[in-house]
Amino acid sequence: MEIHSERHASCLHLHPEGEFTIYHAAELMPMLFDALTQSDEIEIDLSAVAEIDTSGVQLLMLMKREAVAAGKSLKLSSHSPAVLEVFEVMGLGGWFGDPQVLPASALGLGRAAA
Amino acid sequence: MNLDLGEALQTFIAESRGLLQDMEEALLRLETQPDDAESINAVFRAAHTIKGSSGLFGLNDIVAFTHKAENVLDRVRNNEVPLNEDLIGLLLACRDHIESLIDLVVSEAEMDADTRMRGEALAVQLSVCLGKGAAEAEPAAAENASPVAGTGGMAGDTWHISARFGRDVLRSGMDPLSLLRYLSRLGEIVYLSTLADALPPIAEMEPESCYLGFEIRLKSDTDKAQIESVFEFVRDDCDLHILAPGSKLADYLRLITLLPEDHSRLGELLLACGAVTARELEQTLALQDCEGTREIPVQPLGEILVERQLVQPELIDAALSKQKDARNRQAQEARFIRVHADKLDSLINLVGELVISGAGVGLIAQRNKDGVLMESVSGMARLVEDIRDNAMRLRMVEIGETFNRFRRVVRDVSKEIGKDIDLEINGAETELDKTVVEKIGDPLTHLMRNAMDHGIESAEVRASRGKPVKGTLKLNAHHESGGIVIEVSDDGGGLNRERILAKALEKGLIQSGDSLPDGEVWKLIFEPGFSTADQVSNLSGRGVGMDVVRRNIEALRGTVEITSQAGLGSTFRIRLPLTLAIIDGFLVGVGDSHYVVPLDMVQECLELDAGRNEQQAYLNLRGEVLPLLRVKEHFGLGGRTSRRQNVVVVNSAGRRAGLVVDELKGEFQAVIKPLGQLFAKIRGIAGSTILGSGEVALVLEVPALLSEVAREKGCVALAAV
Repeated sequence: MEIHSERHASCLHLHPEGEFTIYHAAELMPMLFDALTQSDEIEIDLSAVAEIDTSGVQLLMLMKREAVAAGKSLKLSSHSPAVLEVFEVMGLGGWFGDPQVLPASALGLGRAAA
Repeated sequence: MNLDLGEALQTFIAESRGLLQDMEEALLRLETQPDDAESINAVFRAAHTIKGSSGLFGLNDIVAFTHKAENVLDRVRNNEVPLNEDLIGLLLACRDHIESLIDLVVSEAEMDADTRMRGEALAVQLSVCLGKGAAEAEPAAAENASPVAGTGGMAGDTWHISARFGRDVLRSGMDPLSLLRYLSRLGEIVYLSTLADALPPIAEMEPESCYLGFEIRLKSDTDKAQIESVFEFVRDDCDLHILAPGSKLADYLRLITLLPEDHSRLGELLLACGAVTARELEQTLALQDCEGTREIPVQPLGEILVERQLVQPELIDAALSKQKDARNRQAQEARFIRVHADKLDSLINLVGELVISGAGVGLIAQRNKDGVLMESVSGMARLVEDIRDNAMRLRMVEIGETFNRFRRVVRDVSKEIGKDIDLEINGAETELDKTVVEKIGDPLTHLMRNAMDHGIESAEVRASRGKPVKGTLKLNAHHESGGIVIEVSDDGGGLNRERILAKALEKGLIQSGDSLPDGEVWKLIFEPGFSTADQVSNLSGRGVGMDVVRRNIEALRGTVEITSQAGLGSTFRIRLPLTLAIIDGFLVGVGDSHYVVPLDMVQECLELDAGRNEQQAYLNLRGEVLPLLRVKEHFGLGGRTSRRQNVVVVNSAGRRAGLVVDELKGEFQAVIKPLGQLFAKIRGIAGSTILGSGEVALVLEVPALLSEVAREKGCVALAAV
């Protein structure tokens, strides 16, 4: 589990790689939440997230909630297929409010905001 | 999904195998009694549970296939599809397929083309069966449809499920995600909302705890029990509320009061998912606000159930009986503990050592003539004996499970060779050591197949001989003098003496067969490469087998014996020791050495008349001839013969002989230690044991000794009991 971060203008880009699962949750949490203190504008590129489970989703949800509460902006982008599938099952697409690019096979399965 | 569930998965596999076993037994029962509702239920339950558990592990192949089988079983259960022989055959094939799917899980292999094709072929056959029953569309068709749709349908079959997961769910290896995935297989999830309200502030966040809850609208014609079963593995760790389709508004309101989130937030949620209308919500929330200052006590779940009973009593009954079933099952499971066999082995080893050192203390007490010590030693010895017996009993299992496996063998073989054969089982409750049970399965299979293939004649021959057309194969087990006797008998044509003799002559096993008694002739079939079958069939007749059978049985310190009557059938009688580790022995002294005779085989002891001729080989025992075996001479021991000699009368497998020894020392518990490789070829010695004094005593292998006596003195001389 690794998170690369780089800053473009005012926006902090996080690029996590690997698994967002219970095995890495403890390790992930400080990396994600530190970002919240570092910038007012954060974008997480999820394209390299190979697997995500409930604990990973929770972390993202908590981060989003805290960001909104602090008036910061948190964007999720380039969702990997694994992330899309889980968001689909949990009905979270609308919850985060980020545009999701569905792979061709999933077209037609899009849902309205939950 | 790559959830590593490790141990849980192992449990699932072990349980599934058990269920498949139950399923097979029930199906075979159904073959004779097609109306047995209990068996139909057992088959259904097995399939249902396997489907449920494999869903939790994301084993979609198993879920999909088992689901199809379950649909058919459901129809059978409702008497919509008749249960005939063909269907039972199909269901057995399905059972085997599920087994092979589970094997794939074990070996972590991908499904190969063969398995896939077999699965598809079976699925087609299953749907043909369904088609016969009713033309209704299969509910599973909706399985792969989009699990979530934006608009909440208010159809009459929409369930409302509220689940709040406990903090420890993730830690115990369950992921709510997999439950959701599985739920979507029960029907169509028309609405699902993930609630993160319980997420704590960052500072208090524990990344491995679960904080999520779900509000789900599930459109499905399933029952409450089935929905609950999805959550079965997290039942204790999950706050679950299920509202049946068509529940009254009041039920939803009560739900609101029970859930942890803010009332109006929940109200909105229910509104969003279409469970209540805006006007209803407004009215009732207002009503609640009026009373609102009063604290609303949280009702326990049971109370809700009772109240709701007014609405849909049959649903509650179903759920309750399901829960009761589950509780009964749990109670039954609680009576068993899975223990690794190695632990038992090491316990028994320790008990063995305890027996030895106990004997040592006893000896010292005796030597010192310390009365008080001797008394407490004898008390302790009794306890040690009890511990030994109980420890041994831990390893004892009923042979019935092994026997029942043969029902399937008999069924399949009789189908294959086109003979109608019944299997009768007696003494299934007879217990013997687990290691023995495991090793006896193969030899028994060989004997059974042989009996079916060669023993039992074809229907025409049977009819012409005036026998019932249906052949009978019997499996019996009972205890006999410290061992177990397993009999495989058929009512077929019996062994053919002439053919066996001809074959033996041809192979050069004997010179001339005229004078051989029947028992010796039958034994010839255990020679390597011996087969009298005219035709080599798929099952037997290739001349391997019978010698392997004998070797396997002898490796267990057992013997096999055949009785056969032409035209009436033959019986293979296997005698095995109950256990391989500890025996009650009778200690005797010969010269300076000690020997142990297994006590079960000792019949009596007598003194040998001093005046008797040294060379005399027989004794008149109350009018019967008793051949004698002089142990000292037999083993070529030196030393002077003592003035007084004793005879130990031993009996094994119906043969009797007297062992001439110098000294009788009495009963002794012997922990058998196997002899090293070097002594593997020595006949007549089963192993060694250590005496309390530290000396080594050899354990005599009485059956082998008796055969020696028979060979030396000619079998005619052996007194039959």
